Amino acid sequence: MKNIRNFCIIAHIDHGKSTLADRLLDFTGSVTEREKQNQLLDSMDLERERGITIKSHAIQMDYTYKGEQYVLNLIDTPGHVDFSYEVSRSIAACEGALLIVDAAQSIQAQTISNLYLALENDLEIIPILNKVDLPSANPEEVTDDIVELLGCKPEDVIHASGKTGFGVDKILEAVIERIPAPKGDPNAPLQALIFDSVYNTFRGIETYFRVFDGEIKKGQKIKFVATDKEYYADEVGTLKLTQVAKQSVKAGDVGYLITGIKTAKEVKVGDTITDFANPTTNIVEGFEDVKPMVFAGIYPVDTEDYEELRSSMEKLQLNDASLVFMPESSAALGFGFRCGFLGMLHMEIIQERLEREFDMTVITTVPNVSYHAYTNKNPDTAFIVNNPSDLPDPSTVNRVEEPYIKATIITKSDFVGNVMSLCIEKRGNVLNQTYLTPERVELTFEMPLAEIVFDFYDRLKTVSKGYASFDYHPIGMKVSKLVRLDILLNAQPVDALSALIHADNAQNIGKKMCEKLKELIPRQQFDIPIQAAVGAKIISRETIKALRKDVTAKCYGGDISRKRKLLEKQKKGKKRMRQVGNVEIPQQAFMAVLKLND
Amino acid sequence: MSGIYIHIPFCKQACHYCDFHFSTSLKKKDLLVSALVKELELRKGEFKHQVIQTIYFGGGTPSLLSIEELRLLIEEVYKHYIVAANPEITLEANPDDLLDDSSKSIFKAYKSIGINRLSIGIQSFFEEDLKLMNRAHNSEEAKICLEEATQYFDNISIDLIYGIPGMTSKRWLQNIETALAFNIPHISSYALTVEPKTALDTFIKKGLIKNVDDDLAQEQFHILIEKLEAAGFIHYELSNFGKPGYFSRNNSAYWQGKRYLGIGPSAHSFDGEHRGWNVRNNTKYINALEQNVVPIETETLSTTDKYNEYVMTGLRTIWGVSLEKVETDFGLGYKKYLLEQSQKHILEHLLYLEDDKLLVTTKGKFLSDGIASDLFKINAS
Repeated sequence: MKNIRNFCIIAHIDHGKSTLADRLLDFTGSVTEREKQNQLLDSMDLERERGITIKSHAIQMDYTYKGEQYVLNLIDTPGHVDFSYEVSRSIAACEGALLIVDAAQSIQAQTISNLYLALENDLEIIPILNKVDLPSANPEEVTDDIVELLGCKPEDVIHASGKTGFGVDKILEAVIERIPAPKGDPNAPLQALIFDSVYNTFRGIETYFRVFDGEIKKGQKIKFVATDKEYYADEVGTLKLTQVAKQSVKAGDVGYLITGIKTAKEVKVGDTITDFANPTTNIVEGFEDVKPMVFAGIYPVDTEDYEELRSSMEKLQLNDASLVFMPESSAALGFGFRCGFLGMLHMEIIQERLEREFDMTVITTVPNVSYHAYTNKNPDTAFIVNNPSDLPDPSTVNRVEEPYIKATIITKSDFVGNVMSLCIEKRGNVLNQTYLTPERVELTFEMPLAEIVFDFYDRLKTVSKGYASFDYHPIGMKVSKLVRLDILLNAQPVDALSALIHADNAQNIGKKMCEKLKELIPRQQFDIPIQAAVGAKIISRETIKALRKDVTAKCYGGDISRKRKLLEKQKKGKKRMRQVGNVEIPQQAFMAVLKLND
Repeated sequence: MSGIYIHIPFCKQACHYCDFHFSTSLKKKDLLVSALVKELELRKGEFKHQVIQTIYFGGGTPSLLSIEELRLLIEEVYKHYIVAANPEITLEANPDDLLDDSSKSIFKAYKSIGINRLSIGIQSFFEEDLKLMNRAHNSEEAKICLEEATQYFDNISIDLIYGIPGMTSKRWLQNIETALAFNIPHISSYALTVEPKTALDTFIKKGLIKNVDDDLAQEQFHILIEKLEAAGFIHYELSNFGKPGYFSRNNSAYWQGKRYLGIGPSAHSFDGEHRGWNVRNNTKYINALEQNVVPIETETLSTTDKYNEYVMTGLRTIWGVSLEKVETDFGLGYKKYLLEQSQKHILEHLLYLEDDKLLVTTKGKFLSDGIASDLFKINAS
């Protein structure tokens, strides 16, 4: 156990986490030339394309240092606030963390909140200044920032470059010298933490765990504490670039487990694995059932594909336990599902995976958070509203509560004014303003989660010219003055376009919605009035003028096949539209409310 | 029943709106004519059992060819193909070419080599419009040329363009009335279309010319239909009007799915099963034929492709889309699909059903591409 080191990496998106991880794998000879590719640990195409990590990954490296053989377990964590619970569990599985900071961009909000998590878990932090070879690097100043934040010495900060491999030997040295070896009792009853799971079509769910006490053996009868289910460990092993089956994985080490579980729901991140016959009395603290934060309807573009959509969603859920869904129906869209997501990125990922992996073209409706409505009849019982159409008749409603978050934003002092106005516009209250350094300010706000859902990230990026980072966590429900904004197309209400918004914003959002829909819905063979309404009151209107000319003048010998192909393409485009009443609505119009400021 | 189309890819100058294939350099004209002759000979096997009903010189500007060159090409057609007793032989011509020094004799010469139909690119009788489109002739030449042409030819068609930026409906009406005064039997009339990468497209994007106005174009389209129908023309295809007996036989073949052989760079061919298109480059075309190779690419049409093409072309014409033909040629499934897809448009009075044929209403005519694509079938890929 004294030669094992477990560590994770804390970094902001784009600060070079995955590239530096690639270099560590190279340097320790954990990958052959043939296996090399960029962002090795990110196994989904989507992760590589977007340059983000969605799932946690783990890899074991062997390294000889001063004549001794060491086992280094690197746990790569997701880099987005939607997945912060997974990050916290990965951190709990480690004794140390590499804090990677871009030498040009310095520390960002996301990094700080994860750093605090790591410090709470008593992790040894190794600060690394990455991308020191960039012309825009500012090593002295960023080192000062790090020293101030960690209270470490400037010489503790390792200079590195993921691009060239510079400093990688120093990092490995620090991992061994500074990070403590795991503690734990190899003879105590099994206690292991589940920090992630992956679905494999052939083998079912692979559970990733860290053993604290005891050992997990092939064939052992085990129990998952939170779900209270029992299994046999059909296969255990360690995670090299490919899995290496072992007879057992012992205290201090990281490994995988296969039990024949078929659905991801049974494997909850944060759960404790123990021996069935001789269970531990000591479960791993900090387990939470992850709750969805954002809800939206997902509907097939073609109503006939409902059953296929259901089966695709079920398959997705096999490897993404945080996706929840239940059937619902919409007057405009027919049968579909109300889905819960961890956040907006998670929602986008699900939609994209449905298209890519299952070839399902879907309509996603306006996302919303989960509200609590209290009726006059039952003023003490919360009625949960996950869909705007579930909001009871306003005359019967006593009050409505919406979820609030505490948001932390770090930005340059030049942009404080802009960020402040944005947050106030988004119904935020400033709680705190701290200068981390003379140029870097940390702002803390209390604001409704719903405002984050509606185009907050993009706006924040714009007002800060990209120099703002953002992190949040939920702080509970608060009473709010909410109304339902309805949209009527051709005088017919389209329920899928309804949104719950704050009463004071109704006029403004209603107007922008109408304008945006006018832009997104193509002209058709008749005039289409668009109206925004709150209750019976129309607050805004626009008209899409009828199409006057839709014909090519010439169609001779040479034009026929070209024109046929063009019209075929149009037909395909129309198939991606949904007919509501007699109006054809393109997929993206259902998300119009998110793009009101584009 | 089949036709031969011969593409003459040269122009004196480029019209701002045109995206057809042409070159303004006449240096390779001789070589190109030789290549056309070669292609006619190499492809004779394709139409071995076909009787050629029409020969059509299109472009570009076919009137840039000399009488001798045209005569040679017509003779080559007769040499290698079976030609009907009374073929329609059309020449597209620009007014400025018809008015060159030897103007009067040119019409006689055309007649002497067998040309019996002229399609003259008038486009407009107004100076402002001609300048905006960069035509090579002026309004005076347009009129003189027509006066003379009508003395020699009875079967004449002219092109007229509407929806030109700056053209009022009043001026458009004057254009139509001027044309009618010449008592010609056929008019092809097009809404000005801004094709990508043309000069017109660039000028509009730079704001030098106002964009075309669809509302105005639609208004002018309806003026056109009303005036020409009142004058005895039949609106037999979206952009074509002819007096009885004077429909373009060559062009009607395209819309009725008949076979045609396209000779020359960028020319298209159709044999009932395959569509082919020659290389769209004069030098490549000439070089290939010097090697006795026809530089053509082809695609084979699936049943769905054929159905889609029939719907697309049928809806543009007075012959419409025959349900019986759909059932015989493509099957009952297609007929059911077609009827199902048309319901919405019938309800909205854009389509109507008459004598087993699906036709576009006057209201639907200017929207017929969108309607056609709604009736298209897309195979699951």
